[in-house]
Amino acid sequence: MSIGSVPLRYRISVDRDQCMLCGRCVDSCPYGVFRKEGEQIHVNSRVCVACHRCISMCPRDAISLVERPVDYRSHPIWTPQVREAIYNQARTGKIILSGMGNAQDYPVIFDRLVLDACQVTNPSIDPLREPMELRTYLGKKPSHLNFKTVEGDTVLQTILSPNLMLETPIMIGHMSYGAISLNAQQSLARAVTECGTFMGTGEGGLHESLYPFQDHMIVQVASGRFGVDINYLERGAAIEIKIGQGAKPGIGGHLPGEKVCADVSCTRMIPEGSDAISPAPHHDIYSIEDLKQLVRSLKEATEWKKPVFVKIAAVHNSAAIAAGIARSSADAVVIDGFRGGTGAAPRVFRDHVGIPIEAAVASVDAKLRSQGIRNEVSIIASGGIRESADVAKVIALGADAVYIGTAALVAMGCRVCGTCYKGLCPWGIATQRPDLVARLDPDYASVNVANLIHAWTLELSELMGAAGINSIESLRGNRDRLRGYLLDENIMKVLDIKTVGA
Amino acid sequence: MCGIIGVIDRSRQRMDGTGIRSALSRMDERGSGEGAGYAAYGAFPDYKEYYALHVFFDNPHETKPLVEDELSKWGTVEYQEAIPTFEQANIRKLHIPWRFFFKPDIHLMPRSITPADDIVTHLVMKINSSIPGALVYSSGKDLAVFKASGWPEEVADFYRIQDYKGYLWLGHNRYPTNTPGWWGGAHPFNLLHWSVVHNGEITSYGTNRRYIESYGYRCSMFTDTEVVAYLFDLLIRRHGLSIETAVKALAPPFWDEIDRMPNREQEIMRAIRLTYGPALMNGPFAIVVANHDSMVGLPTGSNSGPLCPGNQVHGSTYPAKKRRYGPWIPGWVTSPCRGPENRSLGGHSNEHRERPAPIPHQRGP
Repeated sequence: MSIGSVPLRYRISVDRDQCMLCGRCVDSCPYGVFRKEGEQIHVNSRVCVACHRCISMCPRDAISLVERPVDYRSHPIWTPQVREAIYNQARTGKIILSGMGNAQDYPVIFDRLVLDACQVTNPSIDPLREPMELRTYLGKKPSHLNFKTVEGDTVLQTILSPNLMLETPIMIGHMSYGAISLNAQQSLARAVTECGTFMGTGEGGLHESLYPFQDHMIVQVASGRFGVDINYLERGAAIEIKIGQGAKPGIGGHLPGEKVCADVSCTRMIPEGSDAISPAPHHDIYSIEDLKQLVRSLKEATEWKKPVFVKIAAVHNSAAIAAGIARSSADAVVIDGFRGGTGAAPRVFRDHVGIPIEAAVASVDAKLRSQGIRNEVSIIASGGIRESADVAKVIALGADAVYIGTAALVAMGCRVCGTCYKGLCPWGIATQRPDLVARLDPDYASVNVANLIHAWTLELSELMGAAGINSIESLRGNRDRLRGYLLDENIMKVLDIKTVGA
Repeated sequence: MCGIIGVIDRSRQRMDGTGIRSALSRMDERGSGEGAGYAAYGAFPDYKEYYALHVFFDNPHETKPLVEDELSKWGTVEYQEAIPTFEQANIRKLHIPWRFFFKPDIHLMPRSITPADDIVTHLVMKINSSIPGALVYSSGKDLAVFKASGWPEEVADFYRIQDYKGYLWLGHNRYPTNTPGWWGGAHPFNLLHWSVVHNGEITSYGTNRRYIESYGYRCSMFTDTEVVAYLFDLLIRRHGLSIETAVKALAPPFWDEIDRMPNREQEIMRAIRLTYGPALMNGPFAIVVANHDSMVGLPTGSNSGPLCPGNQVHGSTYPAKKRRYGPWIPGWVTSPCRGPENRSLGGHSNEHRERPAPIPHQRGP
């Protein structure tokens, strides 16, 4: 082959003095890096994905990993990644697949935003001594209330739409059964139930074993309509129509047939072993009016008892699209930024299509306010929320709540190796292979995820208290409490914030 | 800091400005001599039916014709005058205060339930945002606002407020942080019938301002207090809420308390918080808000100075200073108030009714 092999991405080495030949690394690695021959562990570094499973399981810390052990001739434009992509495509003639979120080196706006705290003129609040309210209601809200006085009593005449009540504005986003394992979904479901918040089912139906947690599950209706029937809709606490996804705006999804085992096939309601292909558009939605009809059909089917959310990928025109969605009967708009993760996406989409969540939320919030309808619909931000500070910042930019995805997986052990699309996740998360799935114990993983949500919630209360705010609604859209640090003027205009020192 | 005070005579007997001047000047140590102001309800009995538009002009020759032009598009000016002022040693007359008694032509605002008020609100927002050098700082009927940069007694003497009479007075002594030395930044803030004096800082200002601006209000005074006047106008005049409900929206109970309320009350309170979340005012502050018929005290913030209601009549951030009112209103009592206090006039009767505070709660300890 004329191109020859490309240099190793990772080199694994085993310290022979430390190694006690226990063979745990051999058992841990589903990619086949390790093999035991006689009294020695042999290594094939070429298949390594840097998932760290072997390293975390080695009792002697004998394994080490080096990234890019072989240098290319350095060049600022023709980076190793660019060259390797070309070698790969020259060989195969195919689209390159990738996992997780955007890996391009774009500046992170969150990291250029700083939060405010009180000094003298406005005392800060100590959340240990005083109430701190993070309770969030998601759903349609009236623009104003009408009251009537009956025999001296005030009677409310406005009828409120059903809302979801969250004890913390942190939810877990949609990751389907199929994309992730049932054990992973169960762990997440137990965690959100424990924390008084919600998670999405993804477009993979709702497995029977999750019925006990259905009051904390948001069921998704996507373009493939997998797993959707009246039973599914009625079990969810809310329904979410997925139009697009931040990791791959404008294209659909593809669950390879190998992942469609008997259980996945039952839950998705498709034949075992068949590819589950979600088309790029919904075949019944060709414009905003059609979306409105779908929202109303779902509401009619569930007797107007469930909030209906609409999820779109953050794209250039998301503000206008969100305004259109707000005018339908939809209760919330979910905006998924271009850092949003995925099990599998073409690399060119993952890295080059869409806009960051910070800018998208700011422009959607501003557009809805300019039309006087902001408080009538909720905004859920997702895609690239990595820590509690990001939650506080995105809420100050105008979001009501957030979805986290990757962060919740990391809490269960995920090392962000980005190889989810291979279906061999050594952590039992993004796989359906029974022996790998069994590695993830929901008893422990659910505690880890709940701990993460608790910890972020505590940090959020501290940040709010320091800012002299004791209710999350006073942080929402409060861009006066943010400053831009070395952000350019145009971005600050979009975010409607001032620079540090101003 | 800042010191605030409000006094109301329930029988609508008009009092001159002497009392509030001396009461407020007892709070001088809460101010810095950079701003003070008063509001008097019932000040213009001869022009009761007209909106008294108070305007600061930087240069009347340049900007007054522009303001008059704007006013003539929407109604007629019955009478106008430069507000009489009297030189004080420490007050530099940076602006020329002017008042117009204005009658809007209600036919120009069809399909509104309060066309006259809508026209005046529009004019205030329009002039303040588009005519530099002109600032409308009061726009109610039968209502005067006096404010400038200086100590309370100087500002009172500058306008000679002892020559004016009102049945409801508000006073404010400023210790500025946002906009020192700016006359427009002095309290009270007014829009139509609502006047506000405020002590403290509103930490939710960014949220409140964006909410109120989405209803067409324009914040032009560079300080957080003005949103309070606009929020009261929006909730009460445009959304038709009662004062009690509006106060519940701006300073609601905690969810924990709401969860323990009886069903019907809980349903109402939940609806209020959901609908008016962006109007919720957060932070350490004490506010007194008044209209023609009532006065409301909102000591909502944790750690804020207490608002002390006296006997059916007034609220102040500093209890000791109320002694000045002793001779006026015999039998007053002070007690630290822990929740929004609403003192209403029972129509025009002389009866002094005691009403319990309608919402026994506060946001804070």
